[in-house]
Amino acid sequence: MRQSIKKLVVATAMASVLCGMAAAQEVTKGGTLTMAIQQTPRHLNPAVQSGTATGQPGTQLFASLLRYDDGWAPQPYLAESWNVSEDGLTVTINLVKGATFHDGKPITSEDVAFSIDTVKANHPFKSMFAPVESVETPDANTAVIKLSKPHPALLLAMSSQLLSIIPKHVYGDGQDPKSHPQNSENVVGSGPFKLVEFKRDQHVILERYDGYFLEGLPYLDKIVMRIIKDESARTIALENGELMVSGFEQNPRDLNRMKKNENLDVSNAGYAAIGPVNWLAFNTKDGKTADVKVRQAIAYAIDRNFILKALMRGTIGAAKTGIHPGSPFYNDGVEAYDLDLDKANKILEDAGYKKDANGVRFALTVDYGWPAMKPFAEYVKPALKKVGIDVTVRSSADFPTWAKRISNHDFEMTMDNVFNWGDPVIGVHRTYNSQNIKKGVIWSNTQQYSNARVDELMALAGSTNDIDERKKYYAEFQEILANELPLYPLFPSPYHTVSNKKVMNAPNSIWGTSSPLDKVWVKQ
Amino acid sequence: MAIFIMILQRLFYAAMLLIAVLVLNFSMLHLAPGDIADTIAQASGGADAEVLEQIRKDYGLDQPFLVQLGQYIGKVLSFDLGHSFFYNQPVTSLIFEKVPATLLLVITAQVFALIVGVLLGVFSARNPNGLLSHFVTFTALFGYAAPVFWTGILLLIAFSLKIQIFPSGGMFDVTVEGGFFAQAWDLVKHMVLPVFTLSTIFLALYSRLCRASMMEVLGSDFIRTAKAKGLSENEIIYKHALKNSLSPVVTLAGIQFSAVVSGAVLVEAVFSWPGLGSLALQSIIARDTPTILGILFFSALVVIVGNLITDMILRLIDPRVGSKG
Repeated sequence: MRQSIKKLVVATAMASVLCGMAAAQEVTKGGTLTMAIQQTPRHLNPAVQSGTATGQPGTQLFASLLRYDDGWAPQPYLAESWNVSEDGLTVTINLVKGATFHDGKPITSEDVAFSIDTVKANHPFKSMFAPVESVETPDANTAVIKLSKPHPALLLAMSSQLLSIIPKHVYGDGQDPKSHPQNSENVVGSGPFKLVEFKRDQHVILERYDGYFLEGLPYLDKIVMRIIKDESARTIALENGELMVSGFEQNPRDLNRMKKNENLDVSNAGYAAIGPVNWLAFNTKDGKTADVKVRQAIAYAIDRNFILKALMRGTIGAAKTGIHPGSPFYNDGVEAYDLDLDKANKILEDAGYKKDANGVRFALTVDYGWPAMKPFAEYVKPALKKVGIDVTVRSSADFPTWAKRISNHDFEMTMDNVFNWGDPVIGVHRTYNSQNIKKGVIWSNTQQYSNARVDELMALAGSTNDIDERKKYYAEFQEILANELPLYPLFPSPYHTVSNKKVMNAPNSIWGTSSPLDKVWVKQ
Repeated sequence: MAIFIMILQRLFYAAMLLIAVLVLNFSMLHLAPGDIADTIAQASGGADAEVLEQIRKDYGLDQPFLVQLGQYIGKVLSFDLGHSFFYNQPVTSLIFEKVPATLLLVITAQVFALIVGVLLGVFSARNPNGLLSHFVTFTALFGYAAPVFWTGILLLIAFSLKIQIFPSGGMFDVTVEGGFFAQAWDLVKHMVLPVFTLSTIFLALYSRLCRASMMEVLGSDFIRTAKAKGLSENEIIYKHALKNSLSPVVTLAGIQFSAVVSGAVLVEAVFSWPGLGSLALQSIIARDTPTILGILFFSALVVIVGNLITDMILRLIDPRVGSKG
């Protein structure tokens, strides 16, 4: 009874807001959204744990300063407005007034400063806040970020799961924030939903936070995130209606099957900021692949269109460079290396790699790190046989085994999948920067590629806020890489959000389902 | 008296075995390439070098092997299985959080397989060349040969998608409200498919073994005597023959207990069953060494205890066992 009165009060309060929203569609308030996440999160605090398993519940529990729409434009969130100074060294944030944490205490600039410090000290991506020298707090609603150099990645790094605003009065109690007990239970968040229960391997249950700082939101009463690792089981649960949303779905066969289901929407909108790109990486330091001619010949011998059509079943297009095609910095004009066996053979012939009696020029190995990558590694073998390269596919028992090999540079070629994470400064530079050749670190510059001009271009593009200038630098950067091919880019991972047709405003931002679901509602 | 000496002897062997298990597991896991720092980097989509170094230092992975081994054995001897790298929780509490779900699944499946398997075995032994008997043998073999995860997914497609009577996974539907009975009914609905899937392998084993041993017993002298006394067929089968033909089945069930636990790993993965198997899989993938070691230690313990109990039961149903020493 009490609950229904509460609902009624909320509904009446909402009604006034809704009247202003034209007659587009009548929003149904309340209800429960069931959703899947694919792995058990280590805990729920994205400030000290990266990755989408934590990010999907984490962005409901914690608000960030900005949010992004589907066109890479920053929108106000906890920051009502923001201003970047002329010299790019000072960023002033004005917080929404009256915002509170889930324990009712106000969210202040102190908390913003504390959150930035915590993320800077603990997050696996140092590049996000490395140029931040200090965060000043002239008053409770104003935070002033001082930078050592202009930092174009800053605004993206203040969105989604990259900068969760966490309460200083909880996480600043002297305990190590990475192992703070309130990362998994009694989480005190700042976002649209608060934690009801987190059971490992089972579910995360979230409930509407009535004191959320955005008037009238969130629409949903409850979100149940079920942890379902098996992709077939997720597909079945989506098809029979048990699940209403699942993000980051990428199995081509399951996607095509679900597209035929009339109750489901299968959409690839979003995910450009996550920016997952698949490529064939080369060891540019040792062995035959150290020769750029060999790398180019291999690229000509591999049929990207075959991969897209037969292996990806048309679920995704090509990526010609290591920057995600959805990024504003993507350069579509670079050499694509469309299939050309004659050219490949000629390059190898001219470079002095003669065929022996068996038609073999030389042998190479190709690695892959997890089962989804196996078909691509296997395809490389027959493809390169046509130009006289005898390929052996090396499989690894699991991810850590592969990571050990690749990060210690014990490979010739490998299939790989690397995320852009918003701005190229955060997720792209690490792959090509000659300062980032670090043994034992997976997804560093494991190709051991080094080019002074490429380093210079990254430094230039990473220290200006002028988007046109950055585009120019990155265009040249991608062109050089397309010629020197430390890796041959193939395609982005086909991340899709699958949702029941009843789900309205399903997330389509550049961060996919790792973004606040405060505007999602379920049609009755 | 003899039985106590036997138990003491067994317990001593068990302790030695457990220590050997610990050392062996620790060494093997140490040999596996990659570590928790790599998998944390994987979950995060990458990590900087300093971060990885810090993780390795935090978890003592930069220490020499023998030092790590010594520290671990020392801890276990003081009844501490350590802290999970991945979940940042004591391993013991993680394991005990998961044990009830797995035991519920495994014991139900085992009991179901035993009862149905024995009944099917008896049934086909009574008429070994009948059509139905061949049908039983065939289906049992099919169940045994089919990989568990495949059977599981087929059942899901049939009974969760095409005919929507069972949920697709998990243990409880958190949106179900109501009292104890509503919750219990919900649990039962969630249990049907995983239990059936897990029991398919053992059904085949038990029914075939029971069939063979039943046929052997039915040919022996005391059955002929019973027949001559004029006992009804049901009495002969269930009172005399069954009891005598059960002991190989029980032995097998005891030995299979470990196989049920390992089978649970696959079934739990398919049905998102939140048990020890899911935890084991997750910790292996994450290279969460303390948790894997803890689970292996616990499973070794379960198998040893299981075998001990099997021995006791065998003595109860068949007094001949152990009577000579």
